[in-house]
Amino acid sequence: MISGRTRRIVVLHLAIIGLLFVLQFVLPAYHHTNLARIMVLATFAMGYNILFGYTGLMSLGHAMFFAAGMYGAGLCVYYLQFGAGAAFVLGILAGVSLAAVFGLFALRTTGVSFLIVTMMFGQACYLTLLYFNEITLGDQGFTVSGNLQALHQAGVGFAYSDPDVKFNAAWLVFAGALSISTAIAASPIGRVLIAVRVNEERTRLLGYNTFAYKWLALCVSGAIAGAAGAAYALLFSYVGASFASILYSIYPLLWTLLGGAGTTLGPLVGTGVMFYLIDLTSGWTAAYLFIVGGSLLALVLWFPQGLMGAVRARWARWLP
Amino acid sequence: MREVSRRRRLRQHHSLYARPANEMSFGPHLFLAFLEGTVTAFVLALTALGLSLVFGVMRIVNVAHGEFFMLGAVLAWYCTALLGGSPMVGFALALIVAPLLVGAIALAADWLVLKRVDYNPESTIVATIGLLYIVQQLVLTVFGPEARPVEAPIYFRVSFPWFGYSGYKLIVAALSALLLLGTWYALSHTKLGLYMRATQQDYEIAQAFGVPVRRVYATVFALGAMLAAVAGVLIVPVQQAHYLMGLDPLLLSFIVVIIGGLGSLKGTVVAAFVIGISDGMVSVFFSPTLAKILATLLVAAVLVVRPNGLFGDNRT
Repeated sequence: MISGRTRRIVVLHLAIIGLLFVLQFVLPAYHHTNLARIMVLATFAMGYNILFGYTGLMSLGHAMFFAAGMYGAGLCVYYLQFGAGAAFVLGILAGVSLAAVFGLFALRTTGVSFLIVTMMFGQACYLTLLYFNEITLGDQGFTVSGNLQALHQAGVGFAYSDPDVKFNAAWLVFAGALSISTAIAASPIGRVLIAVRVNEERTRLLGYNTFAYKWLALCVSGAIAGAAGAAYALLFSYVGASFASILYSIYPLLWTLLGGAGTTLGPLVGTGVMFYLIDLTSGWTAAYLFIVGGSLLALVLWFPQGLMGAVRARWARWLP
Repeated sequence: MREVSRRRRLRQHHSLYARPANEMSFGPHLFLAFLEGTVTAFVLALTALGLSLVFGVMRIVNVAHGEFFMLGAVLAWYCTALLGGSPMVGFALALIVAPLLVGAIALAADWLVLKRVDYNPESTIVATIGLLYIVQQLVLTVFGPEARPVEAPIYFRVSFPWFGYSGYKLIVAALSALLLLGTWYALSHTKLGLYMRATQQDYEIAQAFGVPVRRVYATVFALGAMLAAVAGVLIVPVQQAHYLMGLDPLLLSFIVVIIGGLGSLKGTVVAAFVIGISDGMVSVFFSPTLAKILATLLVAAVLVVRPNGLFGDNRT
């Protein structure tokens, strides 16, 4: 039996996915490219949201999973001439395996220790990319398009430099991630994750193995972040260590907070608004870190529930 | 990418200062590495103590702690550059002005932001991240992206049988030791220290006994920031002032407080020496980057054995 709420959720999310697909025929070229980028970055934020928004574990090192996906895919294309599909899968595997191993000891800590440990390891991953510079080329970064195109033309004949292919591939990744996170949020597993966020002790008292659930959330989160990183490398053709820096761990936090933590659509809204905020202000100031820092302060002080959180509280209590 | 070139410069810097031109045998080389490590350890203990104090009393993590360190270094550059004349005078001025200014900034942050989010741990972390980027951007805009050297207030070399060593670095270690002792004395023998310890143990009971908890919070936050600023002033003649220089001390302080156990001052100082000395030694023999990576792996190992750190209690 499908309840009314479930039907509403499914219809709304399908409509959003459909709307994004249609937008490619309407938008001018500049915003067309932007939206492709926003969808990939929003995927990263959705991965983050599963851990932070639903499970209540704030990570300050999520760039390491994004970078794992990015380098997992990028290095395979660069050195081993992998195809885009195989590289994408490897990127996800890189993200999920890093998350699985990391979770085993990081989740032993609780509260703020977890935050510190994630930030520390995020930074250690960044430094590792720089340290093995001969292999990772982390210092300068590298492009994958040269190796990717030649290979892919032998296949179906899609070129990744083609904006339409780029947009639709980004759309597919986004749609997949949104479906997964909505499915999780609406499922019994999602309810347990929220229970862990609200009160971990009581959840354990009810007989749930909270460590396993937190570990699962971290793995899913790492997999989606890895997928976003891999897609970013393949579609926008640049791989560099700067994507593993602390700023790229703070971005998903900012996007998720702005859009509304613990809402399925929040990451998309937050990423889009922030992207255009920085894009519009870049015309008169290069000091975009002011905007990042100022937004974080403003959100904490005056708007902790975020945009979609406000929408849910005021108009649509049924939003997952 | 700036970050990268800075690292490379730091590496050159290390080899310039630490490694004499002629090849040394292993023993003296080890001794030199140990000296470097000891100096790092003292400065790190000072920086991490600020972070640990703030966490211990207020139960919040200050992510902008490294930026207070950086502000100390940058203000020291302004003091010496604007004053001109003898580097000694400018430096002495910096040792007073930098902590006071940084302390004032911290007080303002406490009053404008932290108090308003009621010291909620997660909100405070997000707020201090915001503060981090605002300070970083401010320094980048005003001070500029380049690294600027500050002349050491005194220059002399201590000659060992195998090499000469910068006397200023030994003074840095000595001054840090004095400040550490001073902090310990203030905590254990003054009324403010008593208030701080009472608040740390149970802020509600402390409040019931008439401890002005909110004022203690503000004071501790400012004191923590001032410790970081002093460490920044002390280190700048060795390291150059740069707007991104706060990241490494933040990372190392985090490593130290996690290994030592969040909230344990004793653990912080012990871990600062373990991490500082090993960091200095790996930096001399291999590279500063590898030193940070290894220290983080050590954290993983400690967490597997003792999730609350070496001296941690169970109240995280």
